[in-house]
Amino acid sequence: MIRFEQVSKLYARNSKPALNKVDLEILKGEFVFLVGASGSGKSSFLRLVLREETVSQGQIHVLGQNLRKLRGRKVPYFRRNLGVVFQDFRLLPQKSVFENVAFSLQVIGKSKAFIGGAVDEVLKMVGLAGKSTRLPHELSGGEQQRVAIARAIVNKPAILLADEPTGNLDPATSAGIMTLLSRINAGGTTIVMATHDAGIVDRAKQRVVELVGGQIVRDERQGGYQTQSVPVKLQAPPPKVPTLGTEE
Amino acid sequence: MRAGLVLSEVGQGLRRNISMVVSIILVTFISLTFVGAAILLQFQINQMKGYWYDRAQVAVYLCTAYTEGGNCNETEATSQQKADVEQALKTAPLSPLIKHYEFEDHAQAFKHYQEQFGKDDSAGFVTPDFLPETFWVNLKNPDQSDVVIERLSNQPGVDDVVDQRKYLQPIFNVLNVASLTAIGIAALMLIAAVLLIATTIRLSAFSRRREVGIMRLVGASNRFIQTPFILEGVVAALIGSVLASGAIIALVHFFVQGYLNASPSGIPFVSMRDALVVVPIVIVGGAVLSAISGAVAIRRYLKV
Repeated sequence: MIRFEQVSKLYARNSKPALNKVDLEILKGEFVFLVGASGSGKSSFLRLVLREETVSQGQIHVLGQNLRKLRGRKVPYFRRNLGVVFQDFRLLPQKSVFENVAFSLQVIGKSKAFIGGAVDEVLKMVGLAGKSTRLPHELSGGEQQRVAIARAIVNKPAILLADEPTGNLDPATSAGIMTLLSRINAGGTTIVMATHDAGIVDRAKQRVVELVGGQIVRDERQGGYQTQSVPVKLQAPPPKVPTLGTEE
Repeated sequence: MRAGLVLSEVGQGLRRNISMVVSIILVTFISLTFVGAAILLQFQINQMKGYWYDRAQVAVYLCTAYTEGGNCNETEATSQQKADVEQALKTAPLSPLIKHYEFEDHAQAFKHYQEQFGKDDSAGFVTPDFLPETFWVNLKNPDQSDVVIERLSNQPGVDDVVDQRKYLQPIFNVLNVASLTAIGIAALMLIAAVLLIATTIRLSAFSRRREVGIMRLVGASNRFIQTPFILEGVVAALIGSVLASGAIIALVHFFVQGYLNASPSGIPFVSMRDALVVVPIVIVGGAVLSAISGAVAIRRYLKV
């Protein structure tokens, strides 16, 4: 599904790499938490998968595509297989719930009949069937995030990327969102979720990948936000690459 | 479905940026009017050149009893001298160059003079023998007048040999300068128009950056994203170029045909047919220019 091989990402005017020689494979149907402090490379990871950034070194394969070789004008078609959810929802304020979800299908050229059916179905799934004519500002934060999730999955993507989707929500609402994401995952969609929320990660008992300074320090099945076992992996020193200079 | 969506986006964008759109319309209107006027002036110049060069002739003025210059010495050209000149025109070095020639005697010259100057006061002083007899020579190639001038200038009985095109050259120079000025102004205004279109489209893209961001995220193709913005510029520019076409047609109809042609001057002016040739040039030019500047302006927003 997603395979990183020795992936490094350097941004201009910053000698410290955002990701440093990352190797990772995520399989179909997995639910993976990306945890780590701010600036540890979680967002860079998601942006690379989405091909919003290009790698500096190494190879990324997503859905059978080598993103390094993917041509610029093919990128839109590649992204149709991915769904994305953000902390700040990113809904269009002047469009209703229905229109917000429908918009993502309209702009990729789906027929009106298809859109009507697909949007109703997905709104029912996220539990907003009765609120399709509301505007975003008339909804609670949790409901707005459900709209965003509905928009991300309405085209039935193989992978759903979530960048701190519960970052702006209270614990009870967050739990609701997690239930929804689990349900989507159960339907076969691979989910990669970056988060700071320890409680959510601990309860979910899913695969946890921890990033520190752009390197993977932990990759645990059924892990918690902090490792239950002694921090084994932390002892393994990162490979020394003088040119990338990660050591402080 | 998609066409409807694109058009509604265009309509929204135009309404949102109404003041910028109006300025695009005005600037393209004025610049394209200048472009059209410059093209019409060039048509006018070509038409006059064709008309006059067809008629413009080399005049071989013969001596009168009053001419002092040339080979005259105040003696009327004798019939032998006239025959010699005519012989020169008929034979080898000159005859292959000449389309036709005709002889104008005193009486005909006086008649033409009266036709041209009418009942002007000076007409009373001029008598037929005051006006020189002339061979009007029409050349196959007007550029070869030098040969005729060289051959006949020193012929006895010839006062002067004049290529009448030299009288026309200053007129064409003035018209050329006028048309170059119009093109210059048009070029400056077109630069302004292009920059204005680019700015407007950037503004429009900025005010819709949320939509554009989401479109990119969900995988809308670049063409789909950029088309509404480019169309916005094209629609505004098209309105401007239609106005410019109207101005050009009005110019030809009211000024050229209504005013210049009203007084008979014998000068051929551009017709409505010429104006109708200019109109599609102006309209297509405006649309293409705005589409290109829009596509360049929006490209930065589409980098994936």
